[in-house]
Parts: sequence; structure tokens; C-alpha cells
Amino acid sequence: MTVGDLTRYIRELFEVDYRLQDIWVEGEVSGVTRHTSGHIYFTLKDSSAQIACVMWKTVAPMHGELIVHGRQIVAHGKVSVYETRGQYQLYVDRVQPKGLGDLHAQFELLKSRLESEGLFAPERKRPLPEFPHRIGLVTSPTGAVIRDICNVLARRWPLVEVVLAPTQVQGEDAPPQIVAALNALYRRDDLDLIIVARGGGSLEDLWAFNDERVARKMAESPVPVVSGVGHETDFTIADFVADVRAPTPSAAAELITPDRAELVTQLTGLRTRLTAAMADTLQRRRTALESQMRALVHFSPETRLINWRQRTDDLMMQATLGISHLLQLRRERLTGLEARLGALNPLAVLQRGYAVVRRDGQLVRSISQVNRGDQLAVRVSDGEFGATAT
Amino acid sequence: MKKQTKFEELAFEAAFAQLEEIVGKLEAGDLPLDDALALFEQGQKLAAYCSAKLDEAELKVQKLSPSGATSPFDLDEAR
Repeated sequence: MTVGDLTRYIRELFEVDYRLQDIWVEGEVSGVTRHTSGHIYFTLKDSSAQIACVMWKTVAPMHGELIVHGRQIVAHGKVSVYETRGQYQLYVDRVQPKGLGDLHAQFELLKSRLESEGLFAPERKRPLPEFPHRIGLVTSPTGAVIRDICNVLARRWPLVEVVLAPTQVQGEDAPPQIVAALNALYRRDDLDLIIVARGGGSLEDLWAFNDERVARKMAESPVPVVSGVGHETDFTIADFVADVRAPTPSAAAELITPDRAELVTQLTGLRTRLTAAMADTLQRRRTALESQMRALVHFSPETRLINWRQRTDDLMMQATLGISHLLQLRRERLTGLEARLGALNPLAVLQRGYAVVRRDGQLVRSISQVNRGDQLAVRVSDGEFGATAT
Repeated sequence: MKKQTKFEELAFEAAFAQLEEIVGKLEAGDLPLDDALALFEQGQKLAAYCSAKLDEAELKVQKLSPSGATSPFDLDEAR
């Protein structure tokens, strides 16, 4: 490996570190060289270290005037290696004067410092409970924010109880008050989460939420913290350190609560399903029962009795029919017999004038049966008399 | 039969979850009739309870003093 290879390798190590490619550094300017090419070379230092810096002529006209020996500045740029000299340096593209006047630079500085400590790490973020019971609220006790938040909560999820830790949210006293409010909430063990909220305003108005003390205190929270500071476009350090950032205070209240209207709908659906399931259960039982009952009826003694009864009736009817037929036949034969009997009645013959003659009880059919002087009995139609044969 | 849970002590979401479970069991439909009826009754109570919770709930706001004591906070104070 050549020196050039090694140096390129080292430069690439710098350039793959994204933090080194977008960084704010504060320090004191020294050793300023304004080259004829227009580039500015200088050193930034503090009590413990120093770093070589270069500002290209393309940005020098806008930002170069602050590069004055002894001046405290906050410089933005990227760190890389100047291969020819084998030297790493800060390529400065923006400069802010150090001090309270430059909130943006302070913001970036604190942000990068806390970020490097891992305070914004995704693995630190905790999920929010689905149904919060009691929440802490750090905000001003007066003004639109508290009312907006409570209105949203009352509409969406009135089952929640709010513990308001009142605080100033603006001005010099605000950061220690916010810290105290958070501490007061941390001492409780009945909160599901904490909302830190403030309405919209200028960068200065929101400044308490870019305070390091506030940020560190928020990071200590035993329960998830939701930030709702300023408007949608405002980002504060509090937003980065919070477990969840909501774009506005009202949005924070929405974000932490289930929607009552939706739950009412779900509940109605569950009720319908409950009733339908029960109706279905009953209907299936009823159907089963009915088929059992049909089977039961089919095999019941009563059904058999009915069957037997019907058969009996049938037989009775058949028998009745048969008997009357028989009777009819008999009657007809009887009439015939009566007619024949009538024709054979000896009395009928006697009435026509015939007589029956008996001797000693014997019917006389021939003259050979009678001698002269025999006593005879003569039977006519209305009686009998005796006679003597001559 | 199982002892019925006293849902008056339940949080909304617990009651809601129980209701969901009961509906699921009834819909599965392989329960003895007595159990089904008991579950249905329990489900109706839970549904009514959840509805009532949603209908009747009123947002409570407490104000925390530096000493840690709480007092009711009237939103009218925020004007």
C-alpha cells in the first residue's frame, strides 16, 4: 500500500461518517490566512484542542467576515482529509457568531450533542398505551392550549383523567419550571404518559423547549412522553427527545387517545354480532329439536295407536259391509224359502177343499189301506171329524 | 357454571376485550346451550356497560401543586 492509498482510505473513513459530514462546531478563531485565491484558512480551538479549517471562496463572501482572530464562532461544515498534506480539516460552509444572539446555531449544537449521547435514539422510543387512564400534562394553565387539549380529550376519550402540572412555557423562568413540573409528575406512579405542550410562536417563544435542562429531564421520564410544541413546521429539541412527537398540542391529544366515535361503532358491531350469534345458536338448537320431535312423534305409541285405530276402523267397515251383504243374501234366500214353504203348506191345499184322511194316525193314500167299517179321522181346513168307511 | 366477573370493576378496555372474546366464542357456536345463554347474558351486560362508560364519561382534570397535592381544575380558569 502506498501513502496515497492509505491517505485515501483514511479520507474515506471520514467521509462515510455522516455526522462528520454535517456538523456544528464552536470555538475560537486563530491563525487566519486569507489567500489570494479567495479561500480562507484558519484554526478553530478551545482550551483542549484545535482543528484546521478552510472556507472556500464560494462561501467566503457571505460568511468570511466573522473569521477574525480571537473571535468566538460556531462553524458548520464537514470534516475530511486534505490528502496532499495528510491533514484532516473542517471544510466550513456557514458561520454564526457564538452567543445568545444565534438561537439556530445553539439549537443545532445542542441537537448534535444530545444526539451523539443517544438521547434521540429510535430504540429509546416507547410505544404509547392504547387506552390511557391518567395522563400528565405539562403546559400553561391558561390559554388556548390547555382548552384545546381538554376539548379533544373530552370529545375522543373522556375516560382519561388529566393531571395538569402547570408551568410557564415562555421566558427565562420557563425551563426550570418545566423541569419542576416534570419532576412533580415523575413522583407519581399512576400516569400512563405525559404530554408536554405549548402553542405556536416564534423561535424565541418556543425557546424553553430547546433548553438542555428540559431535554435531559424529559429523557428521564419513567413513562412515554409526547411533545406537542408549536405548529406543524416547528421542531424543538423536546420533539426529538420525546417518545412521540405530535405536530401540535391538539394533535398530541388526538394521538394518545382512541376515538370514542369509532369505539361506539365497534361496540354497535359487537352487539349485533352477539345477538346474531345467540339467535343462530338458538335457531340451530330449535331445528335440531324439531327434527328430534318429528322422529319422536313417528315412533310414539300414540302414533301406533292411531294407526291401529285406523286399521281397526277399516276392518270394521269392511266387516260391516261384508255382514250386511251377507244379511242381504240371507234375506233374499229366506224370502225365496218362505215362498216355497207357502206353496207347500198343506193347510193351503185343505182350504181349496181337499181333506186329509188318517186311519189309526196313518195317512190314507190308497183304498187298499181301508176296510169297511174302519174308523177314520178326516182333517179339513178348519178342523177334524170322524167318519166310518162303507 | 363459571363465576361471573364483576365487570363494574373493569376498565373499559378490559370489558371491551371480554365482550370481543364472548362474541368470538358464541360465533364459534359449539357451546352447550346453558353456557351460550350465560355468555350471551354476560355479553349483553358488558356491551351495556361499555356503552354507558362511553356515554357517561366526563373528562376529569386535576391540577398538581408543587407539593404534589391535586385539586380539581376548572377549564374556565384557562380563559
